[in-house]
Amino acid sequence: MSLAWKVTVTVVLFAVCAAAGVILIVALLGTPPTVDYTAQSPGGAVNVALQTVGTYGSGSHASWVSYLVRSPQGQWVHTTNFQVPAHTRINVTIYQYDSGSPLRNQQTGLVTGTYGNAALLNGKTFQVINSNAGNGVAHTFSIPSLGINVPLYANNGNANLCGAAPCTLKSPHNIIRFSFTSPGSGNYRWQCFVPCGLGFLFGNGGPMSTLGYMGGFMKVVA
Amino acid sequence: MSETQTAGTSTPADPTANTPTDQTHHWWRLIAVWVVLSAILDPLFYYLAGPHIPPGTMTDVAQGAQFDFNILFIIALPVLLAVWIYVIYAIVMWRASRGGPEPVAEAHSRGHLGIQVGWILSTTVIVIFLFGFGTYELVQPGGAGGGQGSSPIWTPTSKTILPIQVIGQQWKFTYRYPTFGGFETNQLVIPNDTTIEFNVTSLDVIHSFWAYQLNVKADANPDYNNVAYATTQQLGTFIVRCSELCGIWHGAMYNNGAVVTKSQFESWARLTEFRLRKNTKLLPPYALTYTPDANGADGGYYPDNVDPYSKVETYGAKQPKGGG
Repeated sequence: MSLAWKVTVTVVLFAVCAAAGVILIVALLGTPPTVDYTAQSPGGAVNVALQTVGTYGSGSHASWVSYLVRSPQGQWVHTTNFQVPAHTRINVTIYQYDSGSPLRNQQTGLVTGTYGNAALLNGKTFQVINSNAGNGVAHTFSIPSLGINVPLYANNGNANLCGAAPCTLKSPHNIIRFSFTSPGSGNYRWQCFVPCGLGFLFGNGGPMSTLGYMGGFMKVVA
Repeated sequence: MSETQTAGTSTPADPTANTPTDQTHHWWRLIAVWVVLSAILDPLFYYLAGPHIPPGTMTDVAQGAQFDFNILFIIALPVLLAVWIYVIYAIVMWRASRGGPEPVAEAHSRGHLGIQVGWILSTTVIVIFLFGFGTYELVQPGGAGGGQGSSPIWTPTSKTILPIQVIGQQWKFTYRYPTFGGFETNQLVIPNDTTIEFNVTSLDVIHSFWAYQLNVKADANPDYNNVAYATTQQLGTFIVRCSELCGIWHGAMYNNGAVVTKSQFESWARLTEFRLRKNTKLLPPYALTYTPDANGADGGYYPDNVDPYSKVETYGAKQPKGGG
């Protein structure tokens, strides 16, 4: 076998091994599941339910803050991916179980992109939250490309807050409701704009940078 | 048989057919082809493709960049043609025939001092000219659309300048309009025929504000005000992207902006100022930079006894007096 052949074979084998390694790592890391709401109420509004918890409470990142999504069957799923039909009214209910703080940027204290640029906090309409007063803001639900931003009012940090997901209504909570119309098909990134990744640079690492915790995708299908 | 035919079809039995006379003939032929092609392609590029070269002409600095790109191409094209024409000509005329002798050998293969000196001199002149041209274009009034730091050297001549603050954070840009009550919004709307002063900063890591069609690009650093200028001269929309790798959602950190008429801008700004008035009252007073601390973005550095990343201190903690 000539030197050229040896080099070629070595390079090809290395490339194959490297590709296999990458595929294996990606497969092991996995991606959070997607909760599918498209079968719900065909032609009508779709009801999406989320919850936020201060600490997930189990698994490899038990201390991380996280969102969860409730499936149409009523089960809480540890994911941040959900799928909705296009051009449909989306009614979102968020059960907020976490404490809060003043916002790094109060601009995200404003409700935008929802019907009437407003939301309901425990049944009362609001358009802005002063994060420097009261319990502050725990998290936001924001889809930047759609201009949607909803601040989630926090619970009192001294209360006996839920420490493990999924939380139930027995724990201190706030219920935030809002609606918007889904756009055309595509993947729309959403995230929390409160730097709640404690212990990470500027609070935006860890759960803020990991799918399945504080950001994900709203998949819109025709 | 002509000289050209002699050189181009030299037979294996006549390896010395490439005489100095032949070379002179080739030389003039190459120059003629090069001059003709350059004279045709350069104007074609400038007048047909030139007006469509990015970033367009939405601002004065964008138009300046487009002009610079066109000049660079017009100068580079003849150089490119010279190399390609020579290479193609050599392949066609002086290729070796199967089993024959080397088509260029002996004295002809040892190089040509005149050509070497000429090549070095001409490329040196071109590079020095481009250095001067590029420097002049960079420092003309208002700069070239790049961030000039907090104390710009090359300021625009316009007396009426609209300041707009660009705030980067993971992972979006927001914009404050200090001359309209200091409201802050996700939308970047600017008036036409107006010089804009972009004051670019960040609330966390380093981002980079890149308004592509405006040809404005300035790094957004925490605790630092980076100033860039541009004068709008065309209506339309433009794309804003972050061009500094800033975390997992860096690739999604973009939005669209718009250049509108002055009256449209005035209406939009007044309406937005009114619409956002409740939240504007809650924003920190307008400042060129905002230092995130344990209590949000209301100014002040982390005091020594507070760990900004501690859960206890970060969430709802009161700053010790003197710490901000």
